[in-house]
Amino acid sequence: MELETDIVAHAFGSARLRLANTDVLVAVKIEVEVPFPEQPDEGKIEFFVDCSANATPDFEGRGGEELAMEIANSLAGAYKSTQAFDLSSLCIMKGRKCWKLLVDILILECGGNLYDAVSIAVKAALWNTRIPKVLSVHLDGNKVEMDVSDNVHDCEKLDVARAPIMVTISKIGDHCVVDPSSAEEQCSTASVVVAVSQKRFTTILQSSSGALHPTTLMDCLKMGCEVATQLDMALLQILMKTPSQKDIGFLL
Amino acid sequence: MSRKELISEIGLRLDGRRAHELRRIRCKLGVFTQPDGSAYLEQGLTKVLAAVYGPHQVRGNRTKAQHDSAIVNCQFSMAVFSTTDRKKRPRGDRKSTEMSIHLRQALLAAIKVELYPWSQIDVYVEVLHADGGVYPACVNAATLALIDAGIPLKEYVCACTASLANNDVPMVDISHQEEIIGGPTLTVAALPMSGKVVLMEMSQRFHLDHLPKVLDKALQGCKDIKTILDEAVRRHVEDVGSSSGWGNTSEKART
Repeated sequence: MELETDIVAHAFGSARLRLANTDVLVAVKIEVEVPFPEQPDEGKIEFFVDCSANATPDFEGRGGEELAMEIANSLAGAYKSTQAFDLSSLCIMKGRKCWKLLVDILILECGGNLYDAVSIAVKAALWNTRIPKVLSVHLDGNKVEMDVSDNVHDCEKLDVARAPIMVTISKIGDHCVVDPSSAEEQCSTASVVVAVSQKRFTTILQSSSGALHPTTLMDCLKMGCEVATQLDMALLQILMKTPSQKDIGFLL
Repeated sequence: MSRKELISEIGLRLDGRRAHELRRIRCKLGVFTQPDGSAYLEQGLTKVLAAVYGPHQVRGNRTKAQHDSAIVNCQFSMAVFSTTDRKKRPRGDRKSTEMSIHLRQALLAAIKVELYPWSQIDVYVEVLHADGGVYPACVNAATLALIDAGIPLKEYVCACTASLANNDVPMVDISHQEEIIGGPTLTVAALPMSGKVVLMEMSQRFHLDHLPKVLDKALQGCKDIKTILDEAVRRHVEDVGSSSGWGNTSEKART
């Protein structure tokens, strides 16, 4: 598994993950917007997935849209819980202005286990995101005046310790298998994707046709939870290490 | 009010280059394992990924298959984060469709399609970062990807942009800033070794008298790019070949 952050220059945060044959590129951009009336002190987060035709010719034109929709919706569902991702840190002025995170995911190569790779890359990109510091904000009549710091290094980071990690568990024969390759995915009877954050599930979805017995399902979920927690710890450790200054990208 | 000059008095452009200098080109062949051929190319800050699938059986509409040549299918797509303002749709808009058609036109001039009747070759290009010269970078990356896929080409297809500064100095390899500030841009795709022009496109306008020198500049740029790409291809073949023993199967040849 290879992870590299800060590779897209125009974005506020980015990450690229290479997991065997799966290659995912995530970029995070931010905009200022008016918060939803039902949640006036919360920011917004939006996911957009693009399946590039580089991955397989079937994704040409609008072919990859179905898969892209599924992944985007599952991510949105996983990040909806406030315990997983705290949107109130994105609020600038209650009811008037908030930050909106636009997470753009580009799938470059599809080698099985897409949900896991995407969720890890998204978490790394969010960890890498730098939000410019708002120096002052006040109401001037009916308009909101915002003063944002011009200094590139004067920025805030997001708290992604509790962001969910997705794990795919497939049932092949009598065994539950984690991290299936594309060949294993095709011969599995059923597979479950779980999004786990701090030992709690945020989303569970069944991603292929096939039925599972409830006991098998519980086993799968337990295994998924354990694996996700371990993966989460390992990921946070790697992200904490000081990054190297080399600009490698795709050249290596 | 200060207006940025495209070329200063001492002959330096906005990013410190001279009029005839290209931006730094870095490239790598074989970045992905799934496609038959793939390449990554950086021209300055413009980053492009190209993938080639084929030749394979014609997908979709079988009636499109031709009895004497292969069909070349190109798709140009820009990542939503490639431009400073976030793009809403990666492909499907008019500009992307036009670019796909131009890309196809450029590649058809070089691919030996008569060798693969009843087949299809897919070329997919993804722009990761757009900083001027997007079309030339795509053509160059697509050429490298085709070479990586082992598809026979008549010769390299290279593309380059050129422009006119201060109304009389021709410049080569235009960056995004230079495009915005002013000046007409001439995009040329050519077969450098034979000197033939495959595609020529221009934005804005300049006097016809200036055309030969701008075109010359662009063609020279194409030749220079071909040298760089050729070197990269040879290095890649050396890497791949030497690690597999140059295909030698006999024991004696290995010593």
